[in-house]
Amino acid sequence: MSITVEIYKKLDNFSLDISFQSQSRRIGILGASGCGKSMTLKSIAGIVTPDEGRIVIEDRILFDQSGRIDVKPQKRNVGYLFQNYALFPTMTVEKNIAAGLKGSRKEKAERVSQMVNKFRLNGLEKRLPGQLSGGQQQRVALARIMAYEPDVILLDEPFSALDMFLKDQVQREMNDLLEDYKGTVILVSHNRDEVYRFSEELLVIDQGRIAASGPTEQLFRDPVSREAARLTGCKNFSRIRKMDEHTLWAADWGIRLHMNKKIPDYAACIGYRAHDFIPVWGERGNNMIRFDLENSAALPFEHNYYIRPERKSSGCNGLGKKEDDERGNGRHRTEQGSSYAENVICWFVQRDRETEVAEKGLPDYLFFNEDKILFLK
Amino acid sequence: MDEIIRIAEGLDWSPLFISLKTGIVATVISFFLGIFAARKVVKVSPGKKAVIDGILTLPMVLPPTVAGFFLLLLFSRRRPLGAFLFDEFGFKVVQTWLGCVIAATVIAFPLMYRNARAAMEQIDPNLVYAGRTLGMSDIQIFWKVVVPSAGPGIASGTILTFARALGEYGATSMLAGNIPGKTGTISQKIAMVIQDGDYVTAGIWVAVVMVIAFIVIFLMNLISGKKMKNIGRW
Repeated sequence: MSITVEIYKKLDNFSLDISFQSQSRRIGILGASGCGKSMTLKSIAGIVTPDEGRIVIEDRILFDQSGRIDVKPQKRNVGYLFQNYALFPTMTVEKNIAAGLKGSRKEKAERVSQMVNKFRLNGLEKRLPGQLSGGQQQRVALARIMAYEPDVILLDEPFSALDMFLKDQVQREMNDLLEDYKGTVILVSHNRDEVYRFSEELLVIDQGRIAASGPTEQLFRDPVSREAARLTGCKNFSRIRKMDEHTLWAADWGIRLHMNKKIPDYAACIGYRAHDFIPVWGERGNNMIRFDLENSAALPFEHNYYIRPERKSSGCNGLGKKEDDERGNGRHRTEQGSSYAENVICWFVQRDRETEVAEKGLPDYLFFNEDKILFLK
Repeated sequence: MDEIIRIAEGLDWSPLFISLKTGIVATVISFFLGIFAARKVVKVSPGKKAVIDGILTLPMVLPPTVAGFFLLLLFSRRRPLGAFLFDEFGFKVVQTWLGCVIAATVIAFPLMYRNARAAMEQIDPNLVYAGRTLGMSDIQIFWKVVVPSAGPGIASGTILTFARALGEYGATSMLAGNIPGKTGTISQKIAMVIQDGDYVTAGIWVAVVMVIAFIVIFLMNLISGKKMKNIGRW
């Protein structure tokens, strides 16, 4: 199953300009709220009409502005799972599932009972949606969609209305239920864990545009774009200046980093994930940063430290005057600009390591693992 | 007391049947027209909506006699529409039972329309979108999803419409007149006997109206109460 989407649509405060082509069975779309993800799904389903573009599933043209084709949502054979599930509140579970089915009464009843079994809704057939739990409602909504065998299923933030405990369970269920579904599934979410868990291929959308795309794991490992890095959960960013092929100056952190590998040409910025710092007690080595603790927060399974790099004793021995200037500039910028908070580095410590920190006290230095540094445009 | 019984025994019950007939027919017409109008108005742009909504609500805000004036202008046989209806179809509106129905419908319609519209505007648009992606036609979505979801609002609109149509006086007296046994509704009967100083007869009719009004509202609440009991509202 291949899907081609090219959408241009002018919205109130930005324009949506999305185009992608994919053969994957599970596509994830990651973006902050209001970035145009839902609008993209609604365009594919035919609920909203793009100003320009083309939507093709397999070899069926659903929308083509130039050819004046705009297939009605009823005929697109695209299933849409709404964030609030949009179950018809006055219909029982059975009737909801049968709502879109065609054919004789008997055929419909057979299909419904098939779906009820498959989605483990036995005993709930006569209930109204208001009498079901969140997880059950989602199963009904999925059953209703699967009942008429759509070519593509669109999931619009399907887990965001659920509480943490239920969320994990429902996500597992969803994966199971979609296991034998042959068509394409597109999941839209603002939650990196959800898309990581679900999708083979990932699109990152920012302000109506695709900021990055590619196989999910690769995109998390090497997001390339700053927006993609941020949305995949990277907390720490710094502008950089390349000093030579293997050395860079991270202006916002005031540290010089040496790499064994070559620094890519496109890099204008680096990112470093909050979990990837390695605490060091004692001797200072390369790529280590000294810091002041700004703030900290204890969570059930990890500890978050918000630290500020210590400028004075950054101790870059052997650096020329030029670097001092650069450092001065960096500080100047942060003091003046609104990007003051950018200087705070997040360091998140998982519970197993936190015991070590609790015993020895705060480390003297944090070490940047070169392999974990994200080079960004 | 004896006098009341004596008068009640000799009472001409035709106003009751005329009023009930008028009320029921006007409610049925308003029900469909009101839902239809509400559906159209929910879809149009805000600017147009303000204008159309204003026109449709006007009969409720105007004094009924003003509405009656316009209806007379429209349906008088000396006017184009009235003449056309009479010449082509033999329909007489002025001074007939048809006039009663038209007057009551015009006055009561806004109640149905406004209640239906308010209820429909509360409906989650995702329900409609979901229906479309599931392959339901717009008509199916409307009657199977939108109307039942708007049920309580539509039910209360229907009750109010019936109550208003049953008691209509001003426009009816101008358009249909008060012809005993033909267009003489309960409201008109009460006004007439009061003018004659016959408070006993008037009192009997007042009691009848109150009983009808109570029964209707009680029944409607019962029906909607049963039907809506299990529906999750949000």
